[in-house]
Amino acid sequence: MSDWLIVQTFWDLTVTGLALGSIYSLVALGYTLVYGVLRLINFAHSEIFMVGTFGSLITATQLLNIPLLEDGAYPYRTGLTLVFFLVVLLFAAMLMSGIGAVALERVAYRSLRGNGDIVGAVVLAFLTGFVATMIIRDETQFNFIAGAILTAPIAWFYLRLFGRGKKAPRLAFLITAIGASTAIAEAVGIWGHKGREQYQTPRILEKTTLFNLFGTEVRVDYVVVIVGALLMMISLALFVNRTKLGRGVRAVAQDAETARILGVNVDLIILVTFALGGVMAGGAAMLFTLVYDQSRFNIGFILGVKSFTAAVLGGIGNVKGALLGGFVLGLVENYGSAIFGGQWKDVIAFVVLLVVLMFRPNGILGESLGRARV
Amino acid sequence: MKKSRVWRASALIVGLSLVGVACGGSDDASSAESCDGALKIAFFGALTGDAGNLGQNIKKGLDLAVAEHNAANADSQITVEAYDSQGDPDQAPALADKAIADGCVKGIVGPAFSGESNAVNGKFQEAGLPLVTPSATNPDLAKNGWTVFHRALAGDDKQGPGIVAKITADGKTKVGVVDDNSEYGKGLADIVRSGLGDKLVDLKSLDAESSDYSAVITQAKSAGVDAVFFGGYYAAAGKLAKQMQDSGVTAQTYFPDGVLDKGFIEAGGPAAEGAIITCTCAPFDSNAAFLKSFRDQFNGEDPATYAAEAYDAANAFLDAIKDGKTTRGDINSFLDSYDKAGVTKQLKWDEAGEVAGSAVYAYTIKDGKIDGTLGLIE
Repeated sequence: MSDWLIVQTFWDLTVTGLALGSIYSLVALGYTLVYGVLRLINFAHSEIFMVGTFGSLITATQLLNIPLLEDGAYPYRTGLTLVFFLVVLLFAAMLMSGIGAVALERVAYRSLRGNGDIVGAVVLAFLTGFVATMIIRDETQFNFIAGAILTAPIAWFYLRLFGRGKKAPRLAFLITAIGASTAIAEAVGIWGHKGREQYQTPRILEKTTLFNLFGTEVRVDYVVVIVGALLMMISLALFVNRTKLGRGVRAVAQDAETARILGVNVDLIILVTFALGGVMAGGAAMLFTLVYDQSRFNIGFILGVKSFTAAVLGGIGNVKGALLGGFVLGLVENYGSAIFGGQWKDVIAFVVLLVVLMFRPNGILGESLGRARV
Repeated sequence: MKKSRVWRASALIVGLSLVGVACGGSDDASSAESCDGALKIAFFGALTGDAGNLGQNIKKGLDLAVAEHNAANADSQITVEAYDSQGDPDQAPALADKAIADGCVKGIVGPAFSGESNAVNGKFQEAGLPLVTPSATNPDLAKNGWTVFHRALAGDDKQGPGIVAKITADGKTKVGVVDDNSEYGKGLADIVRSGLGDKLVDLKSLDAESSDYSAVITQAKSAGVDAVFFGGYYAAAGKLAKQMQDSGVTAQTYFPDGVLDKGFIEAGGPAAEGAIITCTCAPFDSNAAFLKSFRDQFNGEDPATYAAEAYDAANAFLDAIKDGKTTRGDINSFLDSYDKAGVTKQLKWDEAGEVAGSAVYAYTIKDGKIDGTLGLIE
């Protein structure tokens, strides 16, 4: 697009870029927290986000009984009902994503760390049985029952394996993360009631113009997203900096072994870290459905890659970096695709990442959750 | 000790699978045309994925034609084989190999989309496996010298000018054109771009998979367009229409045949109302006999986009089989001299595989339903 157009649309692009950027930031926090504590890139985090959008979707359509359309129009709510519904949806998404993240840690990563316990063994054993019996017959009900029957012996085997207490090499964590990511997405794609199709989420917030910014109409949903994201990030920063558990998170990020010797329950702290990342992703998911009214089994994929990019851009392991990286990426993408055309959106994002990494190899604000002041 | 046992076991598994692959390979070569069981006509295209509804429609048209044939000819029972490519050019080649290797497959109704057609039609050409696509409309497909290629509806070189004519007739003066960067979408959008002349506001491409199209919409808005054409499929079109309405863009929307589906209405919600969609496919209720038999076959369901074209395509193959043609080569030459009235049009192909005639129809969305009353363009 020609130059005059980007000047004309600058503030429009800024507002939408900031809105998308704040969603990137929230998801990036999950990558950054886990990396800071475990030095693990949790690729399955994008699916934690996806699970959150479904948490919000299912709550809205099943629990709150909001239809997609009422007499051909959007089911808008106003006043206190609206606020109540938004809060319920937010907590539903956070809960779903938080549970997802904790389950992922408990089942997949903890076992690899050599601390596998009965919970992880049983869940893994069931999944193993469920998938393995597909070789015999591919019928969900049959696989489910057969998997349940096989759970006990396989779990016993896993427990013996865990009993050796061996820590898996770093590569095993990475491939597990990628595997878990694919498995979660495909499970929703296969067993979700609309399969791989796009899901619509009911729209309860009317997208009216709230105010004018330099001649640009700023819509209420964008404001809710940006303000909501900032509030969540501030709460996270307060939690990490001011609470006892937060101090634990920082301690484990600095040096897990020393922290353990000094009496920090490292496994608990890791669980808390995953939960925090999950809750942030859930918040992002709810805000996302507010603007875009949609979800699908692979909705997290591109968004996850972008958020991970944002985390690296800002400095992975650095909470402020995730915030900054998300906003920078959202803005750059929007300006870039206005100048060069939408098909270049992803290319622009990664060119910017490369250029920044050339001059600042650890990202804009540098690495490390423990060392950098969060 | 334990470790070496694991190694030996995995080496054995790898070895066995290599043997399996080798055997599979030689089997394919020898049995390319031999068939012990019933002859098959294959569906090739997306049954799932982003544009899966369109493939479902096509498969229903094919299923109906085959069911009618089987009911009328007790001694010639045909089966339908479905190859679900998800419309993905990367997944299509392996499925094409599978179809070619199955000697019973004598004809393909498909491939449904232009991108996958480009990826696999060369394979079908090499294998001499005839195909009639009820939906792939990219004009370049007919320019590859593929003798097995046939199209049951007019290509985008006919649809593109039809869209331009419709937009012009509606008196639009500033037309934003955007595409999804796919073989089909960009190809068609480029034809529309060149046809619009100085009315064009080029909005380039968007990433259909992305959830946010605001960069493109912002430009459409600030350019003050009074019409927007999007070259692409229904899921992205629905998102685009919705986000345009949210951003206060009131321009009339125009979409091509890949959007003519209830999936567009679902994704677009109230924003889908009033959109104009063109298609070289005939209105679904244009043939009363077909409409009735389709409803009877599928519990009262109405045929949707491409179902009638697929029915015609399948019947061309079935006529060949009825005529005693049972090899791929014979069936293909039968198609070359075919000249018969189908439910959508007279089916007669030129050397490039293009069907005679160039009708483009306009549809709109009214009260949440596809409405065909706008009729023929020009």
